[in-house]
Amino acid sequence: MTDSTRLLRQHSFVELGARQRARALLDDGSFRELIDPFERLVSPWLAKQGVVPQADDGVVIAKGTIEGKPVVICAIEGGFQGGSMGEVGGAKMAGALELAAEDNRKGIPTAAVLLLETGGVRLQEANLGLAAIADIHAAIVDLRRYQPVIGVVAGSVGCFGGMSIAAALCSYLVVTQEARLGLNGPQVIEQEAGIEEYDSRDRPFIWSLTGGEQRFASGLVDAFVADDINAIQQQVHALLHKGKPAQERSSRYAWFLERLSQVDTARQIEPAAVRSAYEGDRT
Amino acid sequence: MSAYSLRGLNWFNALAANAAEVSGLPASVKAADGTLGDRPARFLAVVADPDNRFPRAQNGEVGLLEGWGLAQAVDGAIELDQDSDHKRALIAIIDVPSQAYGRREEALGIHQALAGAVDAYARARLAGHPVIGLLVGKAMSGAFLAHGYQANRLIALRDPGVMVHAMGKASAARVTLRSVEELEKLAASVPPMAYDIDSYASLGLLWETLSVSQIEQPTASDLTLVQDCLIAAIKDTLAGGNDLSSRLGAPNRAASSKVRELLRAQW
Repeated sequence: MTDSTRLLRQHSFVELGARQRARALLDDGSFRELIDPFERLVSPWLAKQGVVPQADDGVVIAKGTIEGKPVVICAIEGGFQGGSMGEVGGAKMAGALELAAEDNRKGIPTAAVLLLETGGVRLQEANLGLAAIADIHAAIVDLRRYQPVIGVVAGSVGCFGGMSIAAALCSYLVVTQEARLGLNGPQVIEQEAGIEEYDSRDRPFIWSLTGGEQRFASGLVDAFVADDINAIQQQVHALLHKGKPAQERSSRYAWFLERLSQVDTARQIEPAAVRSAYEGDRT
Repeated sequence: MSAYSLRGLNWFNALAANAAEVSGLPASVKAADGTLGDRPARFLAVVADPDNRFPRAQNGEVGLLEGWGLAQAVDGAIELDQDSDHKRALIAIIDVPSQAYGRREEALGIHQALAGAVDAYARARLAGHPVIGLLVGKAMSGAFLAHGYQANRLIALRDPGVMVHAMGKASAARVTLRSVEELEKLAASVPPMAYDIDSYASLGLLWETLSVSQIEQPTASDLTLVQDCLIAAIKDTLAGGNDLSSRLGAPNRAASSKVRELLRAQW
């Protein structure tokens, strides 16, 4: 296939909004949104601060099926306030995951897919965003006892802050080349630690450490796929088929502590050193 | 006055005075097995280690070793009590200024290390261990998520040095394109944005707040007061469920309940 025909066949997932992404992953005709924008359940905190709220608070909750099996999708709209988690959006995601776990306790095998494009806590709702993220963490750990919880970081916002911890709690993580995954945003590291430590304007440097390709090569995510709707769909299907992993990545403290004990911390770190420290992680 | 807070260490030493320290952990992670009333308890704290191999985590920040070390300390308790009907309580003593901000941390996946701690605390709670968080100092952002925020019950000491927030003031101002003065002005009228413990309490996330006489180095009566409160929190936890629903219900967090109500109706 020539490059141009390949490009013509490819349909970008990154360019889709949260609602379109959720629809693209669910079986045709099965998409049903909960607390849709017409409910107008907006953030009670933004208007007070002169920020225009959005009717879905930047989070889309959709129930449906994937290959006939019940799934709930929680999709974050990276275009609204940087995908930040406020009280309402955070509660939508936490509440949906809580109900999915409850389904499983009643014998309904609901799985979850999280489409993560977020800078983390919405600072205008600071402590309520942080509390909601703690609830999301709790719900992921509960639900993944029964069914896989699959995180997808497609880009272009990436996944940061407390939500990067949520991503790291998922049974499986899927990324593209556009994705970045890390705890602290580049600006904040530069603010706290100085430009020598982290230059927030040096994009190649940032991608070389936290980009999707590097995270995959270091075994910190499970799949690296092209920015293509079909490719992401197929990957999500494959992981749902696979069922729960034998052990979640976030439970492997002994392995990680052993590897970290081998890292030379006397000098600054390079991407290759991370790959070699975590080599052999892929099973 | 030291460059870093000693509150967490001092409260750990006071509460775990007769407890057996858990070995094999990073120096910045303290864990010890003792008792509270007639129940076994494991006390846990993240403390400053000025010799930490990771230079950005020498002042009590929660970094790579601290996240995975907490996971080890908590998971150890789960394993020890696997076949027991009387799971030991886990007491997270919280005095964490922030997560570690650094190049090594991001590169080596600090998000995954913090997830390790969250994972262990959440599994402990689901397994039936009463998990109680005791805020004696700062409880900031990712550091709090990793150490304490998965607790069944949160107790805070009343003191200007006890604060919960998502980001330090200077960084929060930069990210939201405001001055620190503007940020402080907004925080005074928007409770979730405030840094003080009374505003935080109004969100319904705390089970109890306590006043002590010497927060830096507790007196004998401070210790008794806190121990009694911890015992009561454990009792309250055992009488309830093992989820985080007890944090819902405050008027300043009404939308969180409303969302859950609607989701359930439409599910």
